Amino acid sequence: MSDDKNNLMLKDEVNDLLNAYVQCIDDDELEDWPSFFTDKCLYQVVPRENHEMGLPTAVMWCDSQGMLSDRITALRHANIYQVQWYRHIISNTVITSVVNDEIHVQSNYAVFKTCNDGESTVFNVGRYVDVIVRVNGQLKFKERSAIYDTHRITTLMVIPI
Amino acid sequence: MTIKTPDHLKWPADADITAVPYSVFNNREVYDLEQQKIHNGPTWNYLGTEAELPENGSFKSTYIGDTPVVVTRGEDGLAYAWVNRCAHRGAEICRERHGKSDDGAFTCVYHQWAFDAKGDLRGVPFQRGLAGKGGMPKDFDKTKHNLRKVRVVSHHGVIFGTFSDDTPDIETYMGEDISRHFKRILKGPIEIIGHTRQFIAGNWKFYSENTKDPYHASLLHLFHPTFGIYRASLGGGSIVNNDVHSVLWVENNKEDESVLDDVKKDNTRTYQDGTYQLQDPSLLAGMKEFDDDTSTVIFSLFPSLVVHQIQNTLCFRQILPKSESEFELVWTFFGYADDSDELRSYRMKQLNLVGPAGLISMEDGESTELCQKAIVRDGQYSNYIRMGGTGTGTDDHFVTEGAIRSLWKGYRELMDV
Repeated sequence: MSDDKNNLMLKDEVNDLLNAYVQCIDDDELEDWPSFFTDKCLYQVVPRENHEMGLPTAVMWCDSQGMLSDRITALRHANIYQVQWYRHIISNTVITSVVNDEIHVQSNYAVFKTCNDGESTVFNVGRYVDVIVRVNGQLKFKERSAIYDTHRITTLMVIPI
Repeated sequence: MTIKTPDHLKWPADADITAVPYSVFNNREVYDLEQQKIHNGPTWNYLGTEAELPENGSFKSTYIGDTPVVVTRGEDGLAYAWVNRCAHRGAEICRERHGKSDDGAFTCVYHQWAFDAKGDLRGVPFQRGLAGKGGMPKDFDKTKHNLRKVRVVSHHGVIFGTFSDDTPDIETYMGEDISRHFKRILKGPIEIIGHTRQFIAGNWKFYSENTKDPYHASLLHLFHPTFGIYRASLGGGSIVNNDVHSVLWVENNKEDESVLDDVKKDNTRTYQDGTYQLQDPSLLAGMKEFDDDTSTVIFSLFPSLVVHQIQNTLCFRQILPKSESEFELVWTFFGYADDSDELRSYRMKQLNLVGPAGLISMEDGESTELCQKAIVRDGQYSNYIRMGGTGTGTDDHFVTEGAIRSLWKGYRELMDV
């Protein structure tokens, strides 16, 4: 199968990856979250204002699967925060190009957060900019940037986007 | 303009700096009085850095307390600031977070009154009317309709503003130790590497207390102990200048076994023998960049600024009160213009430690909200601030709340409560 941006099977496969990724987070199966990435990777959550000014500061910035796992270990055992659940909605997924076996994808996302008081709020809205590669036949994120419009984070961000 | 503190806002007789009434955190009248007496009073407030105003005409929108303020660079290259409120009918003039005015003018969109970077009125459309009709009165004097100006000082590349003529010069305001630490961390030209913002449903002074509180550090923030990296035995302490400003500092190479033994006896989560290990320890890799062993400094210039060096992360944290129960925290991270690529890469990775998603510090937003939720109806009750005694001032250890008591001492004087 050729990885071409108009290939419908590839579109399906990319959508499956994006859906499985948010399902993993929303179902609180965070121990599996690092496995969506290649061993060496880039995961970053970047305020839109920095992105537009060309400034690199991110609230989360991980360049290995190990760093992603450490985030989850900290979330489970070290960090202190209110009980909370995320619900991601993704839309407008577009494969922008396929170059040298790297699939470039952009999509919109919204994350609703619900805490113990029962109120669901729009916690973080933005776009994912991804570079996806095939490892042993499976698609993985080589790079995933969540560039968020909601540049004022309410209270804290502990669960990845 | 001196606002008198109403009698019903004075602290009750049994309150003092070790027993602060919770009404300071949940009362709108107290909040409004703070805006007058503290933020509009004799205090220097952080506005930004020279690095954020790279050219003449550059500007940045920010706040002093909850008053919207624009800081600009004028045609003479100097920094100016004014309240972002048109002198005509009160509209917001500058509607962008930052940018550059190419012609040096700042024009209100409502009736196009135009001001310069200094806040002086330059032009009023139809001032003389149209076809002999209308227009401003004949005695209209443009020089009497400038914007409300902020007195500004630029100190080692950082811009502060005050509304009061009584605010002393910046170094006197800071005090000796804050001045020294300020100079240390601003040792060369800086480069901004980005901003992050956090909105917290708590009173802004809970955060002021938090940044003066060495007692909580090893008890609330458990990232290091969880991964078997023990911290509380390091040397350090808290320093107080002019009551309301403080320095918390930690020094490497000061292990003390007797301290560690005491920590083990207390059976807190602070001591853990490393159940978990970092899979990628490069998170904590860094390099020494100062001529001393200080690995962490968090210093607070009341009321609006906290500056930190935590390993290789350097940051201005601006505290922006929004109401008695909300504030915004703006983190502006920086490095130096002459950073090596290696040092810059450490700074990037260590950004994970601090800020709104900071592995070692995210709990500070949480603790502030925990307090706010609990005190909402209990203004007549007081807290209990007696760790390390009842005194104020400097301590050479972490098991103290001396800097917090000092804050309340200075606060009572500023507020006349």
